[in-house]
Amino acid sequence: MISNIHSPDPLLERAPQLILDAVTGSLHEPWRWLANGVISIVMILAVFGGLFAALTLAERKILGRVQNRPGPNRTGPFGLLQPIADGIKTMTKEDIVPRDADQLLHLLAPVTLLASAFMAFAVIPFGRHLVALDLDSSVLYFFAVGATTELAIFMAGWASHNKYSLLAAMRALAQLISYELPLLMSWLPVVMLSGTLSATGIVAAQAGWKHGWMPSWHIFTPWGFAGFVVFMVAALAESNRSPFDLPEAESELIAGHLTEYSGCKYVLFFMAEYFGMTALSGMAVTLFLGGWHAPLPALEFIPSYAWFGMKLVALLLGFIWIRATFPRMRIDQLTRFSWKFLVPLALINVGTAAFWFLSAGWSGPMQAVRWALAAILVVLPFVLMGRRLSAGLAPRTYRYAT
Amino acid sequence: MMTAALIGILLLTLAAGAVAMSLRNLIHSVLLLIVCWLGIATFYLWAGAEFLAFSQLLVYVGAVSMVVLFAILLTRRSRIDVAVAPDSASRALWALVAGFAVLGVLAYGMLNAKLPVSTSPVPSVSVRDLGAQLAGTHSAALLVIGLILTVALLGGVVIAASGRADIMEEKGK
Repeated sequence: MISNIHSPDPLLERAPQLILDAVTGSLHEPWRWLANGVISIVMILAVFGGLFAALTLAERKILGRVQNRPGPNRTGPFGLLQPIADGIKTMTKEDIVPRDADQLLHLLAPVTLLASAFMAFAVIPFGRHLVALDLDSSVLYFFAVGATTELAIFMAGWASHNKYSLLAAMRALAQLISYELPLLMSWLPVVMLSGTLSATGIVAAQAGWKHGWMPSWHIFTPWGFAGFVVFMVAALAESNRSPFDLPEAESELIAGHLTEYSGCKYVLFFMAEYFGMTALSGMAVTLFLGGWHAPLPALEFIPSYAWFGMKLVALLLGFIWIRATFPRMRIDQLTRFSWKFLVPLALINVGTAAFWFLSAGWSGPMQAVRWALAAILVVLPFVLMGRRLSAGLAPRTYRYAT
Repeated sequence: MMTAALIGILLLTLAAGAVAMSLRNLIHSVLLLIVCWLGIATFYLWAGAEFLAFSQLLVYVGAVSMVVLFAILLTRRSRIDVAVAPDSASRALWALVAGFAVLGVLAYGMLNAKLPVSTSPVPSVSVRDLGAQLAGTHSAALLVIGLILTVALLGGVVIAASGRADIMEEKGK
C-alpha cells in the first residue's frame, strides 16, 4: 500500500545527491565511482565521528542529571567542549604495552574491532537516496561483519598476556555468543514477511500508511513488536551496554579484557563500542521502525535523512536511559536470560510471523481475530516463561534494611 | 583487472594457510587460518556469490573460529605446550602416509573432474531465488544437514558432560 510517491522529490531530499553530482560529475567512470565511494566513506566517518563525540557528552550529562549532579560543565559553555578535551587527553596519554604481550596482536585487536564496527555502516539506508552500498543481501552482510567483534575481543584478551584479561575475554565471548542467537533470530520474521534480505527492500516494504494514518512499520505488528524488543535487548548485550556491561564493568573488574590497554588504543575500543551501538540502532530503525519513512503523511516535507537521524538519536538516548536505570546483571543470570528466555521467545516469534504471513488474506472481522491470535502468541509465552523463570525469586524481601 | 584481483586473493589465502602450518604458536596459526577463511570469502565475493561469501564470514570467521580457539585454550596447559618434534619415526611415517593419501584422493578427484564449461553468460542468481531453491527443491537436504549437525552438537555436549561427571566423582572420593 504505497500511497505517496513524490516525483520529483523536494529539493532538500535530493540535496546530498545534487552536491555529490556537482563535486564528482565532471570525472570519468572508474574515477567517478572511486570518488563517490571515497566521499561516502569520509561522510560516514565524519557524521558518525561527530555523533560519537556528541553522544559521549550527552551520556555524561544525562547520567549526571539522573544521579542528581550537573555532569561535565567546566569546559566551554555548558561543558560543550568536553569531548575535545577528552580527545586531547587520551591522545597524549602514554601508550603502555606489557613487556610479555604479543605486540602485533595487542595492536591489531582494537583496529579490527573498530574496522568491523565501521564497515557495518556501509549498508544502512540513511535516507531515500542515501545508502553507501546497496547489496542484495545487505542485512546478512551487516551481521557477518559484526561476527569479527568476537575475534577482536579474544585477541585483546589473549595478547595482553594477563590471566585476568584472558578470563575476562572468555566471559565476554560467552556473553556475545549467547546473545548472537536471539539477535539473529529476532530479525528473521522481518526477512520472512518482507521477502528480501536487502536493507533498502525492507525499508520499501514499510512504506505507506494503513487507514491513512497508521504507518505500516514492522513495529506496529505483534511479531514486529516482539522482534524489536528482543532485538534491542540482544543489541544492548552485543554492544556491552549496561545492564549487560560486565565484560568491562568499570567499578568491579578493572575493565576486563581492556585491563592492559591505555591511551589511544583504549579510546579505539571505546569508540568501537559506541559505533557498534550506533550501527545496531541504525539497523533496528531500518528493520522495525520504518527506516527513513515519516510517521505521518503530513510530515513528509521533512527530508528522509532527518527522520532517520531522529529515530536513531531516540534509540541512542534510550540506551543511555537504560544505563542510568538498571543495575548490572551477574554472568549466570545473563546467560540464563538469553538461553531460557530470549531464544525461546525469538523462536516462537518466528512462528507468529509465519501465522501472520499465512493469514494475510483474512479481512473484515477476521482481521480482528488475526490481531488477537497474534497478540496472544506474543504475550502468552512471555508471561508464562517470565513467571516460571522468576518463580521463587521475587518479590525480594529486605531482612536488614528497613 | 579481475585476474589481478584473483591472483592477489589466491596469494593471500595460500600464504596465510602456508604460514599457519609452519608457525609454532598455535594461536597465531588459528588467526592466520581465519585470514585464510577470509580469503576464501573474498574469493566468493570476487566470483559474484555474495550470499555464500557472507555466510562463509558468519559461519567460519564468526563461529568456527571461536570453537577452534576455545578448544585450544581449554586443552593447552601453557603457551609453549607445542610438540616441536614427532614422537617416534613410525608415527611420523604414518602421518606422512595419511597426509599424502588425502592429497592423492583430492588431486585425483580434481584432475579427473570434467567441469562443464558454459559459453552462455552466467545467469545472475538473486538471494530470493537461492532461498526459494533451498526451502523448496532442496528442503529435504537442508533438513538432513540440520539434523546431522544437531546430533553432532548433542554428542559433543554428552561427551563434555560425562567428562565433567568423572571429575565430580573424583572430587567426591
